[in-house]
Amino acid sequence: MSETLVQVENLRKLFPLTRGLFRRESLFVHAVDDVNFTIKRGESLGLVGESGSGKTTTGKLLVRLLEPTSGRILMKMDGEEVDISKLKGESLKRFRRYVQMIFQDPYESLNPRFTVFDTVAEPLVVQGIGDVLEREERVAQMLALVGLTPPSSFLFRFPHELSGGQRQRVAIARALIIEPSFVVADEPTSMLDVSIRTGIMYLMLDLAERLGVTYLYITHDLAVARYMSSKLAVMYLGKIVEMGETEEVLQKPLHPYTRALISAVPVPDPRYKRPIPEIKGAISEPINPPPTCRFLDRCLQATRICKDSPHPPLEDKGGGHYVACYMV
Amino acid sequence: MAESILKIENFTMHYMTKAGEVSAVDNVDLEIRKGESLGLVGESGCGKTSLAISIMKLLPENAIIKGGHIYFDGTDLVPLSEDEMRRFRWRRISMIFQAAMNSLNPVYKVSDQIIEAMETHFGHIDYYEAREKVANLFRLVGLDPKFMDQYPHEYSGGMRQRAVIAMALACDPDLIIADEPTTALDVIVQDNILRELKALQEKLGTTMIYISHDIAVIAEVSHRIGIMYAGKIVELADAEEIFHHPIHPYTAGLMSAFPSIVGPKRELVTIPGEPPDLLNPPSGCRFHPRCQYATKICREKEPEFKDYGSGHMASCWNPLEG
Amino acid sequence: MEERTKVIAKPKVEVILEEEERKKLKEMPLWRVRLYLTWREIRNNWKLFSENKIGLVGLGIIIFYAFMAILHPILMKWVWDPNIYDPIVGYSYDEVLQPAPPSLRHLLGTDPLGRDVLSQLMYSTRSEFALGILAAIITVTIGTTVGAVAAYFGGIIDTLLMRLADLIIMLPFVTILIVLSAMFKMNLIILAIVIGILSGFGGTGIVIKSQALTIKVRAYIEAAKVAGGSDWHIIFRHIIPNLMPLSFLYMMFSVTSAIFSEAVLSFFGLLNIRMSWGLMIHTAQTAGYLLNPKTWWLIVPAGLSITLLCSAFYLVGRALDEVVNPRLRKR
Repeated sequence: MSETLVQVENLRKLFPLTRGLFRRESLFVHAVDDVNFTIKRGESLGLVGESGSGKTTTGKLLVRLLEPTSGRILMKMDGEEVDISKLKGESLKRFRRYVQMIFQDPYESLNPRFTVFDTVAEPLVVQGIGDVLEREERVAQMLALVGLTPPSSFLFRFPHELSGGQRQRVAIARALIIEPSFVVADEPTSMLDVSIRTGIMYLMLDLAERLGVTYLYITHDLAVARYMSSKLAVMYLGKIVEMGETEEVLQKPLHPYTRALISAVPVPDPRYKRPIPEIKGAISEPINPPPTCRFLDRCLQATRICKDSPHPPLEDKGGGHYVACYMV
Repeated sequence: MAESILKIENFTMHYMTKAGEVSAVDNVDLEIRKGESLGLVGESGCGKTSLAISIMKLLPENAIIKGGHIYFDGTDLVPLSEDEMRRFRWRRISMIFQAAMNSLNPVYKVSDQIIEAMETHFGHIDYYEAREKVANLFRLVGLDPKFMDQYPHEYSGGMRQRAVIAMALACDPDLIIADEPTTALDVIVQDNILRELKALQEKLGTTMIYISHDIAVIAEVSHRIGIMYAGKIVELADAEEIFHHPIHPYTAGLMSAFPSIVGPKRELVTIPGEPPDLLNPPSGCRFHPRCQYATKICREKEPEFKDYGSGHMASCWNPLEG
Repeated sequence: MEERTKVIAKPKVEVILEEEERKKLKEMPLWRVRLYLTWREIRNNWKLFSENKIGLVGLGIIIFYAFMAILHPILMKWVWDPNIYDPIVGYSYDEVLQPAPPSLRHLLGTDPLGRDVLSQLMYSTRSEFALGILAAIITVTIGTTVGAVAAYFGGIIDTLLMRLADLIIMLPFVTILIVLSAMFKMNLIILAIVIGILSGFGGTGIVIKSQALTIKVRAYIEAAKVAGGSDWHIIFRHIIPNLMPLSFLYMMFSVTSAIFSEAVLSFFGLLNIRMSWGLMIHTAQTAGYLLNPKTWWLIVPAGLSITLLCSAFYLVGRALDEVVNPRLRKR
């Protein structure tokens, strides 16, 4: 069953930079600028990029923590295709049953005054599902599912009594308890120790298979994205510059930014000699950017065409491998 | 064989807390040769930062050195007083702290901060000579000297990190300890800084200790690597040796737990359990609760830290066959 | 290398709970667990609190005065002759000259109207406590709500509330009270309400708002939103509970402020109450004994009590600060 679950069209999010009470705001940060992608049911899309790339903002737009400035986000809920970017009130609350989020910081994403039971049961409480006894049972089942066994000894603990890995498991339990069809994971393992990280990664993969959950996995770590996603999209300054099957993008990168990014990742093997990343300059903020290619001032392969044309469109260069570059 | 510049013998350090005594660094033996770069790898709580601040004797009030020696160029640093230590700090040994970007004082110009560091440790210097030196340092770390008189908030993350490295180099130290120097940086900036640190080291012949939880970073910059776990060094060898012929099961586990974008997509390994509570460390070998090869003796006695050939040291009762 | 280390790669996970687990869940009704957890939290906080000597001193003083308040009706009923010892209408026939200095019969002497000073002191304690606590509760309820709402909604609601707070802070507190008491008859309850409203919408609201701002940006608030929590759910289930420690702390300071304000107003004779510490000093003043060192018992017990009780609540507040703010604790 490979039907499309999420379809993002021309998604834009602009943040104004306020300059005083009466000056008209003319400076905007183009955090997400004309982003398009689709995620099929059961797939996991990895969204990678450095700071300022817009990946976290995209994630927040997809769970409606932020409202898009323009564009559409179409999601299949109960067989219907709905544009969630415009939802309000009751329908927005209903939408929340289908989409959930796992946050980056296991220490901050849990309310320190809530017990594990309170935290994991909250989505059920808010959505009005079940009575107290039913919730207790479901929470216990969920805790067992994420590896916090025996559940009875974890139910009434507080976050400060848990380790980082355990807290993240609680966060995963909370996200999955209302059985969403789509989960946005925002760097869920970057703050965990390495030996704990793989446990959480495998837990998420295992649960995705078992519960039929589709993921958007946001990370800055290409190596982790390799394991957690079947498709990969690389973002730079608010735009997707390359997208395709994960192994394809990682082994045969086409966009100069992707190539630079991959060659910059340290490899855990002293024998391996990495090439020097072909990139110059430093990352900037996309504030009222010029219409030319976003990567222009850092690209070592830029030509006259790149300087004279608008930002290149994301095009299929064969086999579902999309690149936004004139030089490819 | 270059002479050794730092020799740590049997060093133990504990923290006194309300809950009890935390065994942060336990019986560590380490030797670094001049010009070498040593990488210390371990997860949070393994003691690598505690060891680093012990070498600099920048210990918090509740830290107690329980025993051992830290010989720097022949002198034992452990019994030295604060005043005596000041002769060594920054002039002979300097440190780049974790989240170093935040250790720049926001109300002073960067150049002034570096000059202050030099004056504190060199005594009075001619102001213009000092500024000349700062400009040279900036060029050395890849910063344009024209940014010299700006304030830290006007710098980007990568620039601030370079400024902190410049400050660590200001007094021409023999040894630099870099504690997670690139952790908070984007990967392309990290690559830049790591290359520069390596080039600098080769050019100046400085000895370096890199501390990180990221094995990949350590693999790139270190000649020799030490693996720390629960306050002890469990394995110490040349970089290639450790990666391709690990002896300690924790080292092997750590290697296999790290995903890589290069090579085939092999299955990642989980090390079960959690790093131990150092208030009450496990008996015998501190890794035994998580080790699949653990036997009776592992629970009872601490293994010796011995040489398995050509300087490859490890402490394990059931070493992996090479 | 890969072959050698056969550590568990995937976590083993079971969905079906065993019978034992089910039984354990049935045995632990939710309300009992919550009660136990609350009790444990109080016990832990008490341990932290009691490490601070000044907090214990403050608490000791409060308990001493509370004891006095409880003791008074008992004394009146069974020990003392109400004709002599009633704090308001009694008259000490057993003394010739009023005000009489302290003696065995009247441990703190009598006031110019012949009433036993100790009795007055103990009787007033009750109303001082009532006033202080009522004002504190009102202050904190309003202040917490104002702070949470202003922080959470921001925008125009925030601006309005903060400008209101600025206005209230700018106006001199005691002068307002004096003006109000000139406009209508003030008794302790009205005073408590007025103090509560003024403090709540004033300074307390601002302080709690800044704390609420730090809570608002935490990730667990975002998580609650993603789960579908409404604004009010987030304010009452997440923000306000996390503000409670700070609110509780400010309650202590409110009590101090309330007791002191009452003393000032009573001294000026502006309150319509029958007996209070401030009124005792007022009585001394109107009879002309205020600055006379020979009649010290007319001023010192009341004045000292005001100071002691106010300080006691303040000290408790300071000690609570260490419980509430983990950064202030010693390692």
